[in-house]
Amino acid sequence: MIKINNLNFGYRKNQLLFKNMSMQLSTGHIYGLLGKNGAGKSTLLKNIAGLVYADSGSMDVMGYDPSKRQPALLTEICFIPEEFYLPSIKIDAFVKANAAFYPNFDHPYFTALLAEFDIPVTQKLIDMSYGQKKKVIIAFGLATQAKLVIMDEPTNGLDIPSKAQFRKIMASALTEDRCIIISTHQVRDLDNLIDTVIMLDENSVALKASVEEITNRLCFKRVKELDDKVIYAEPSLAGYNAVMQNFHQEDSKLDLELLFNAVLAEKNKLKPIFN
Amino acid sequence: MEFRDNKAIYLQIAEYVCEHILLGKWNTDEKVPSVREMAVELEVNPNTVMRTYELLQNKNIINNKRGIGFFVADDAIANVKSYRKTQFMDDELPVVFRNVYLLNIGFDELESRYNTFVKETFNP
Repeated sequence: MIKINNLNFGYRKNQLLFKNMSMQLSTGHIYGLLGKNGAGKSTLLKNIAGLVYADSGSMDVMGYDPSKRQPALLTEICFIPEEFYLPSIKIDAFVKANAAFYPNFDHPYFTALLAEFDIPVTQKLIDMSYGQKKKVIIAFGLATQAKLVIMDEPTNGLDIPSKAQFRKIMASALTEDRCIIISTHQVRDLDNLIDTVIMLDENSVALKASVEEITNRLCFKRVKELDDKVIYAEPSLAGYNAVMQNFHQEDSKLDLELLFNAVLAEKNKLKPIFN
Repeated sequence: MEFRDNKAIYLQIAEYVCEHILLGKWNTDEKVPSVREMAVELEVNPNTVMRTYELLQNKNIINNKRGIGFFVADDAIANVKSYRKTQFMDDELPVVFRNVYLLNIGFDELESRYNTFVKETFNP
């Protein structure tokens, strides 16, 4: 679905954010895009959606170059940005003005999502809280039936019940012909929803692997003492939460926060395990 | 369903399905929730549920009727028991043994505890 080849990108000429980045994403997956502040998560999403242009290298999304912004591709992209502006109109007027750009827009599904998110449909968008606005654009984005769904920090601003509803909605939104990319810092909101982890660090992709691949190669567990098998560990109440190489085919649960810190701290030890 | 933090999610979902079968909530030849239904209910990725269902298919606990869905297999209860027994022997018993050894607990003491437990729990 997405082929990124030797992408170079920087907001300033002499300061590259991505250096020779290459990656492929396919349909039927929910990708979790992780990285420190300023690692370029939002920028990568904007490159994919054609909102910013690469300095060199190629970006192919469903056979199109997104920077050309051809309508045939744009109708298949749903982009939920972290910061957004909604006008001073009601939802029905918003739909009337915008749904026409998406030939497959599913009105009954949109209505059902608004009801599930408990949105006051008669209120003007501008008067809604940040969380409510966010839920409106998530509902609108999914109702477009776009094949590529890109979400930048979608759970920011959602209250506790809405986060659970969001997870249910995303679990049902994943189909074989859809590709969903979610960037997040709130890994605990989404860790069971993501099936493939993409981590950005130091101008490139530090890790891209499915949860299954990660837990086949690494083992996440509590240990009492550290030994040389431990790649990375953090102290906890009963000893340490440790990441180690999975020599005995143990089936452990991926701890995304621990993995994130391990990738930042022990890149050189982890690289050979995933190559 | 609350997930514990020490076991792979797909295995925890397998336990959840096994539990439903052992408790007689889902019987032989009955349809189990579709991959999508289960993913929505548990708020997990459908690919994770698919991995669970593939595992349970290999253990002959559920089977896939093409185009219709997944059903509880004929000998599901027996197969659940043998699957859970293997898991208990491999994963849980070593932890118990470790404590039995470290705390110097005798087997005769364990046996009488076990007998009391069975009497109180299953034949009150």
